[in-house]
Amino acid sequence: MYSYTDFDAAFLKERNAQFRAQVERRIDGSLTEDEFKPLRLMNGLYLQLHAYMLRVAIPYGTLNSRQMHKLADIADKWDKGYGHFTTRQNIQYNWPKLRDVPDMLDALAEVDMHAIQTSGNTIRNVTADHFAGAAADEIADPRPVAELIRQWSTDHPEFQFLPRKFKVAVTGSPNDRAVTRAHDIGLRMVTRDGEAGFEVIVGGGLGRTPMIGKVIREFLPRADLLPYLEAIVSVYNLLGRRDNKYKARIKITVHENGLDDFRARVEERFALIRPQFTGVDQQMLSAIEAEFAPPVFRDAPVTAFEDARRHYPAFRSWADTNLTEHRAAGYAIVTVSLKAHGATPGDATSAQMRLMADLAKRYGHDELRISHEQNVILPHVHKSDLPSVYSALAAAGLGTANVGLISDIIACPGMDYCALATARSIPIAQEIATRFEELKLEHDIGPLKIKISGCINACGHHHVGHIGILGLDRAGVENYQITLGGDSTEDAAIGTRAGPGFSAEDIIPAIERLVRAYLELRSEPAETFLQTYRRLGLEPFKAALYPEARANAA
Amino acid sequence: MSILVTDTGFAPDNWAEPIVTLGVANDATALDVPSDADPATIPLCDGLQLIRVDFPSSADGRGFTIARQLRLRGFTGRLRARGHVLADQYAMARRSGFDEVEISKELAARQPEDQWRFRANWRENDYQTRLRTHKPAKA
Amino acid sequence: MARVFTPKVVTANALLEGDVIYQTATGWTGDLAEAEVLTDEADADLRLIEAAQQTGHVVGAYLMDVDLSTESPQPAHFREAFRARGPSNYIHGKQEVARNV
Repeated sequence: MYSYTDFDAAFLKERNAQFRAQVERRIDGSLTEDEFKPLRLMNGLYLQLHAYMLRVAIPYGTLNSRQMHKLADIADKWDKGYGHFTTRQNIQYNWPKLRDVPDMLDALAEVDMHAIQTSGNTIRNVTADHFAGAAADEIADPRPVAELIRQWSTDHPEFQFLPRKFKVAVTGSPNDRAVTRAHDIGLRMVTRDGEAGFEVIVGGGLGRTPMIGKVIREFLPRADLLPYLEAIVSVYNLLGRRDNKYKARIKITVHENGLDDFRARVEERFALIRPQFTGVDQQMLSAIEAEFAPPVFRDAPVTAFEDARRHYPAFRSWADTNLTEHRAAGYAIVTVSLKAHGATPGDATSAQMRLMADLAKRYGHDELRISHEQNVILPHVHKSDLPSVYSALAAAGLGTANVGLISDIIACPGMDYCALATARSIPIAQEIATRFEELKLEHDIGPLKIKISGCINACGHHHVGHIGILGLDRAGVENYQITLGGDSTEDAAIGTRAGPGFSAEDIIPAIERLVRAYLELRSEPAETFLQTYRRLGLEPFKAALYPEARANAA
Repeated sequence: MSILVTDTGFAPDNWAEPIVTLGVANDATALDVPSDADPATIPLCDGLQLIRVDFPSSADGRGFTIARQLRLRGFTGRLRARGHVLADQYAMARRSGFDEVEISKELAARQPEDQWRFRANWRENDYQTRLRTHKPAKA
Repeated sequence: MARVFTPKVVTANALLEGDVIYQTATGWTGDLAEAEVLTDEADADLRLIEAAQQTGHVVGAYLMDVDLSTESPQPAHFREAFRARGPSNYIHGKQEVARNV
């Protein structure tokens, strides 16, 4: 794992001192709120419905036990004893006070963490595959490149006041777990004729106008990465629209100017910028790569795992849903569900954070990950340790066996916290999970991704949910629209709106009708919801959602 | 009178020549460039000594890219940012290639000299310089 | 015919604490029941301008609709109801304070 160089540490210390001064200048009147707002946003500080909110970056979703302990300490000292893990591999504190924030940032700096560029119209926290460095299907670990991009984008003097926010994701696996096609720039690590490089995708994004990203460069040599990224963002900075916030994202720039025109501008700019990069960045990348050297995996029997699996149904159920194949023999990737039925998706108490940190330290080569699906990953656990890990997790309310199932719901904070939201998301997620737990149906239903956003900005990724739910304000009442058939993987697809929305009371029964229809319609138990939808299309699901319409038409 | 900010702090504007709006004359010694200009098409004539780039709002970051592009195209004359630039943006302006920032008296009164000099250390802690020229501190 | 003016309250977030506050005749309060209810449009606009000028104390002042059919002013919109109460997943925010009183 990456640990800060003296340079990183000195930079962060200076930056935190600057923010401390900015807070004081806001309070003493030197800065107006209009001037202070972009500066606080650049440091991750929002003002939400009930309070300030501090969004802390967990770069490419990777952290160690010491860092997780610090997140827990911060939650206890300056917040309400919990944190919310987000769809962008960040953690949010919902209740900080303005004057405390500089101290919180200093505390984060003690463990090589910060909240820089987790908000604002700038390049945001770089995200990556949460199974990076562990997954059996991986070509290369995307995190060294993500770290290089973190350094390049941090405090980049040209790109702190872009037309709009800018998100970059990297994956090193052909099975895309980083949703690269829904980012402003998506990078897929590929090789061509034995040479390592990237497929560069541009102009993807969800939000008001969802778009699947387009390939701007099929193969970009590794050493060209930073100048090429710089060329894209530089062109966007000048060309992106500043007259309309809703048309300011790069997806609109690419759409309005056309991919070919945009590409030509980028290539021209790239030619100007490329000579600036003399190879020092590649030396730095090599040094970073050395820090991400895989741990020394042990060769040990897995009989303890096999025995527990045979004798304990609860363990077997958890092992069957929450484990993913590891590249090393005898190891597994553990996904710790932050989706206990009825709980707030993505929330962890400080005690839970500490437990996960301690388990990572003891059994997991001191590594944890945060997934964009709002769960915590222990990427390297030997199978013989899994029974102990499971027992400890289960005792702390973290043993829910539901990863990838209907109750493993992504939900944004929605109108319970967010100033932009038009409806609540959390209670809908809680109720769906609780309902299907009552029905004891979720293991029978199998893989199904429900994603809920509380407004059109789509932080809850509803467009790419197999079932997407979008909360809106319809004439002063919460209203929920359903989209079907979205997909966040390498086969990314935007879901189709099923029809009129439902009230908060009617949305849970509507989801139940939809899922029961799937159980009736599937060709065999192994056919997933998404497969059934793709085979049959929208109509039979629509009929289940709107039975009265069918009755009227008959 | 406006105020000129450099690494040493505040000073009166010492540029006495007229500054010509971009597109009006091709042989100007000083050019005024709006924030929506395309830096690739700004004529860099031999006699051009100063380019002044407008910042209509502190949230409009186009000027930083314009400055950088002008430097990459080889402009070595005086490069000035003018308008709603904050003290907090001084380091960004300098790192993007500007030599100086021109601000109004009103802004200078609200953001006094010490707030700008706080960022006169803009050469330090700069990831961009490090990624392009320096040796990594940790091998 | 003159448009019916929905009664308003000036609301904002406190600069230092970040919490929801409402304007009173003489200052600010965290309790909607104590807020100054504005029933005249011109008066409401004026009070909002005054609030927005208090940049050293408040952030993002705006006018919210209130319903006067009960004893004390109630939020007319559900967004304001959440602001006046707190989130629905935990007893935090104003509801937490209310419970501890």
